Amino acid sequence: MAFGRGLRALSIASFVLITGAFALVFFWAPNDADQGFVQKIFYVHVPLGIVALCGFVTGGIFGIKHLRSGDRADDLRSYVAIHISLILAVGVLVTGSIWARAAWGQWWVWDEPALVSFLIVFLLYCCYQPLRFSIEDPERQARYASVFAIVAGAFTPLNFIAVRMAESLVHPRVLSTTGGSMPGEMRLTFLVSIAGMACLFVTLWKYELASKSASIQLRSLKRRLAGDDGLAPLQRSAAPQNL
Amino acid sequence: MRDTVAALIRKDLQLERRSFESVPAMLMFSVTAFVLFHFGLDRGSLEGDLASGVLWVTLLLAAVLGMNRLFVSEREQGGFDGFLMAPVDRTALFVAKAAVLFGFLVAVELVAVPAFVILLLEPGLGQALPELLAVLVLADAGIAIVGTLIGALGVQTRARDLIIPLMALPLLVPVVIAAAEATAPLLAAAGAEPFPVRWLGVLALYDAVFGLLAYAVFDFLLEE
Amino acid sequence: MPALPLDDAGPYVAAAYLVFLGLILVYVAIMATKLGRIEREITDITELVERRDRERAGVPEEERV
Repeated sequence: MAFGRGLRALSIASFVLITGAFALVFFWAPNDADQGFVQKIFYVHVPLGIVALCGFVTGGIFGIKHLRSGDRADDLRSYVAIHISLILAVGVLVTGSIWARAAWGQWWVWDEPALVSFLIVFLLYCCYQPLRFSIEDPERQARYASVFAIVAGAFTPLNFIAVRMAESLVHPRVLSTTGGSMPGEMRLTFLVSIAGMACLFVTLWKYELASKSASIQLRSLKRRLAGDDGLAPLQRSAAPQNL
Repeated sequence: MRDTVAALIRKDLQLERRSFESVPAMLMFSVTAFVLFHFGLDRGSLEGDLASGVLWVTLLLAAVLGMNRLFVSEREQGGFDGFLMAPVDRTALFVAKAAVLFGFLVAVELVAVPAFVILLLEPGLGQALPELLAVLVLADAGIAIVGTLIGALGVQTRARDLIIPLMALPLLVPVVIAAAEATAPLLAAAGAEPFPVRWLGVLALYDAVFGLLAYAVFDFLLEE
Repeated sequence: MPALPLDDAGPYVAAAYLVFLGLILVYVAIMATKLGRIEREITDITELVERRDRERAGVPEEERV
């Protein structure tokens, strides 16, 4: 199971794209008319958010694959995708809060529908690892986790629609930049930033998959050599421990 | 399939009638919550979106009590194994349990909503009753579907009363949004404002999506 | 929304980008620990393989270095 294939090319691509994006942000993209320099946070906050959401949905897709095929590798892929997206989601919320504070003076604003929906999705996915951890049988743990990943993955877009409907009635949308129409330089910078974040996600994803797969294979190798007594017993874990 | 569902529903209703666990608890909780809101908000009467919010949050939390108990008897008394051995469509269990939870919610609302009107609502309901019923039915369907799915997901875990609310409540946020937004104009003080039908559409979409999803996925929770 | 002047805006923007950088570095640190553990496991396994090879070759246990 060669999870780590293409990892070098991916990391180089991530490095190039992200460094390029940040260079564009600070040296090329024009300042926003309303928010000024503060708007630069947008280029790290929104791409992180988009990639995290796609990561959650990807976790759901691998959940579907796992239920259909029974292949535990798909469960591992689902787990890692959700795991990384959760870490990125923390980043989204923190950078969103910093942006709210800089732009509007408060650490949290309720009339930013994307940020609010994100909070709800984040709270939901915080349950993923505790759910996994509380089921001891590994096969059942994988199965139930896949069900959760699918339901949560389907929920994420629905939630965004519902929250946006609720907020748009009272407050006009203030997200993105100059009222929705981005000048060309900003759009290009934004796209490069998204591409960089997406590359970074895939890099980290494969990285963690390779690492976990290596640990699992090492353990089985050790069992073959030392017998079951030579091994420390497997501790309970939320992460998949067998492929 | 229909006979299986009917038989399962009958069994659960009999169990409830004999032991009186879920519905009275959910009801008592709702009325107590109204009292708590009175003291917490320091208001004798509510109207409009505040009233709507109090009503829906209370109903949702009461529903969580029902969700926690929904599969407990199956889990502890081997009902799952017995069901799996029977030559029936496994999704029948989902349909039956969701119908039972829906029934519990309706039963609770039959008393809790009038209690709310008496205790906390400033204007009367008046002609808004049919719209309110529509909102209640659609929202209850959504809560029942998601509640049954999460109840089944959580019942096999150790800390089930903790993890079931934590999973179900974020999933039910769209229901709260839609139901509260739809109910708010009905409870407004200056007579009922025009009813925002679009929120019924949102609720119906939610019910359809999660209904289909739960139907597709529930089998996998029952294997082995 | 009045635009913050550059002096005030700077720290916020820097903080946001540093959060991003911090997340990545924390991740690298965690993966580095895992790699350390993997390396230790490989050392153990190498030793087990060597022990098995010696046993197969019939070398008595006392001559083990």
